[in-house]
Amino acid sequence: MSATVPPSKKTETKKAGAALGQALLVPSLAVVTGLLIGAIVIVASGASVTKAYGALFAGSFGNPINFFSALQVLFSSGDSAPLLKAIYPFTESLVTATPYIFAGLSVAVGFRCGLFNIGAEGQFFVGALCSAFVGYSLKGLPMLIHLPLALLGGALGGGIWGMIPGYLKARFGAHEVVNTIMMNWIAFKFSDWLLNGPMKASGFRPVTPNIEASAELPRFFADPLRFNLGFFLALLFAYLVYWFLFKTTLGFEIRSVGANPDAAKYAGMNIIKNFVLVMAISGGLAGLAGSAQVLGVDHWVGQGFSAGYGFDAIALALLGKSHPFGVVLAALLFGFLRSGATNMQSMAGIPIDIISIIQGLIIVFIAAPDIIRWLYRIRSLKTEETVLTRGWGK
Amino acid sequence: MTNSTVAHKSASEKRKQIAYGLTLLVVGFLIYLFFGRNTEAGVVTTFGLNLAGSQALKIPDLVVPAQTTVYMMMALVVFVGAYQLARGVRSTGLLLGILAFAFIFAFLTWAAQAKSFNLAGMLSSMLVRATPIALAALCGVISERSAVINIGAEGIMLISAQVAVVVGTLTKNLYAGLLAAILIGGVVAALHAFLVIRFKVDQIVSGVAINIFGAGITSFISSRFLQSGTNTLNNSGTFPIISIPILSKIPVLGPMLFENNIVVYLMVLVVVAMHIVLFYTPWGLRTRAVGEHPKAADTLGVNVYLIRYVNVIIGGLIAGLGGAYFTIGSVGRFDETMTAGKGFIGLAAMIFGKWNPFGAFASSMLFGFADSLQVKLQILRISIPSEFLLMAPYIVTMIVLTGIIGRAIPPAADGQPYEK
Repeated sequence: MSATVPPSKKTETKKAGAALGQALLVPSLAVVTGLLIGAIVIVASGASVTKAYGALFAGSFGNPINFFSALQVLFSSGDSAPLLKAIYPFTESLVTATPYIFAGLSVAVGFRCGLFNIGAEGQFFVGALCSAFVGYSLKGLPMLIHLPLALLGGALGGGIWGMIPGYLKARFGAHEVVNTIMMNWIAFKFSDWLLNGPMKASGFRPVTPNIEASAELPRFFADPLRFNLGFFLALLFAYLVYWFLFKTTLGFEIRSVGANPDAAKYAGMNIIKNFVLVMAISGGLAGLAGSAQVLGVDHWVGQGFSAGYGFDAIALALLGKSHPFGVVLAALLFGFLRSGATNMQSMAGIPIDIISIIQGLIIVFIAAPDIIRWLYRIRSLKTEETVLTRGWGK
Repeated sequence: MTNSTVAHKSASEKRKQIAYGLTLLVVGFLIYLFFGRNTEAGVVTTFGLNLAGSQALKIPDLVVPAQTTVYMMMALVVFVGAYQLARGVRSTGLLLGILAFAFIFAFLTWAAQAKSFNLAGMLSSMLVRATPIALAALCGVISERSAVINIGAEGIMLISAQVAVVVGTLTKNLYAGLLAAILIGGVVAALHAFLVIRFKVDQIVSGVAINIFGAGITSFISSRFLQSGTNTLNNSGTFPIISIPILSKIPVLGPMLFENNIVVYLMVLVVVAMHIVLFYTPWGLRTRAVGEHPKAADTLGVNVYLIRYVNVIIGGLIAGLGGAYFTIGSVGRFDETMTAGKGFIGLAAMIFGKWNPFGAFASSMLFGFADSLQVKLQILRISIPSEFLLMAPYIVTMIVLTGIIGRAIPPAADGQPYEK
């Protein structure tokens, strides 16, 4: 086989391999370094690292020994209950990762066009509320119609929430960072009102009613396993975003505007259209993150439903280098971390907030690869750097 | 630009004049629609002008006939709108001032009809609530004047708030807590400066990282240590109110301006000092030069990196002071995520205030006003859900950013790393 391959091509693949290796190396080292510093914080707070990270691992993947013994039980007696119990932590991690995939894609699409969508949290909330509304207000529809409608509602709600800052940016040059933050607060206040008024379920708590069963994303296992169709939907969307960004003319335009707006304008591309479109897509994806959470996991929406997702989404997009497949990997990592951290909190008494500390560190290391290169003495390989943001209103 | 001496108005100015005039007329109509129609005749509104427990001289409360007052406010707005359409008013600020005053006064008169509304109380809580917002905004102003964006004020304030209360409780000295809070703010900002100047990290990304890290570390420490050791670690008490002799006796203004704790006074001091430094000292001139055209400044022998480092760190010290407000300046203990987005609102106030210390202060007061108004309105139990009023400052900020009401132009080199 190797004889038929021309040598030039071989070196090319080698080069591409090295570039991919480099692309994966820095994020991996950033994660490792983040976890190491996290370990130092744990020790400094007077707890055991092995116990803490052990609980983190058990919480995110489950105990392998339990898994194999459960398999034995299944084969010998046909009882699947122990197996379901053994895979519970793993599936929970995937459940946690599902909205992260959508939210990370949302911010990544923005980065590709040079837009910083810091408002994924608000778009997430609006998307979740819209999906919940479609989910509980329409009754008696077959699932094949109801579920897509509920998802569409979430995408539209989030999309409109994202489109407004996009339009203001394109038309008036108003910076999207401030405007998306403002839209976040408007979303929070608005949802406060909705949850205490028009959308409030009967009862004392300010939450929406439960959605109809026909709007739920179907689950694959019996309770308490919440693993549902949303995860595969997220993977599908990751592929769609990849296809859109890298295989279509519009995607090329978006990336051109992101790389150099002046050049793109000179080449006859419509900056205004691209900004509005990208923010709408970005908001729509964040909205879908909310939909996936409400339709697949919670089935109702309450106050603070979206807390933390906005900043997590930024971290995910950075960690995934704004590439859809990178985002999926990053989302899986965060899903396992967050899901495991819950276990760590209950088993080892380490507050779940340690994950935020590690996340903040990871962002710094990803944004400043020079630190990682300097720490681990890695030689820099010339790669194209994506422009992330462009100051205020430019 | 607005006071140009050109006799002919350009088409865009003409359009702007008409737009403002029409806006005023529409607002006049809205005042009628929402407030005028719903105010009963013969009912009075009482505005309390005395604050309980203050040293100010007692004056009689302001009692106005509700319906007449609302219609007078409507007439004022309509008259100014008509004048604007016909002749044009030079100062946009004056127009907006009249508009805001009339609308808010009409609104309050309507909301508090047949009831009493404590105006003095609201005004004095306005300044207090504006304090952290203004400090976050000033942190942004001083950094961005040297072209370094710092959106990490929220994270810095959280860390400082926690350090302030812990140091204050441990040393039993609030001033030690204040100093520690200010210093830790400077340290975190120095880290930001190091990342964005030395490693040329994207400035907004670094700010986001500070915010995430700040929220994480303070929540971590809070749930691991503070919740179990509330009395030994998280119970510092608060700064006493310092009344300025004589001045605090002035009715209404006295309790608002001259009966506050040290953090509020320091905030006002920072506003004035920053204005003087930025516009009347060589350092300020160099800072602004670095912010507008670093290359030119460098050519003239200004040390661009030094100016940026120092300004960002000063910004951090100021945000640290803002953090101290939340704990030792206000409630005396730390709660997770207690800054509640004030750092981000400060960012909006900075842009709204056009990167000027006094502008930032004034817009912070607007947000503080909205904040304190909301609290008072909840007491009045009016029919408008307070959530909609709470949205108003955010919507106003977005409108301001569109540049319809005077464009906010950042320093020319803002956000760009400098390479020699």
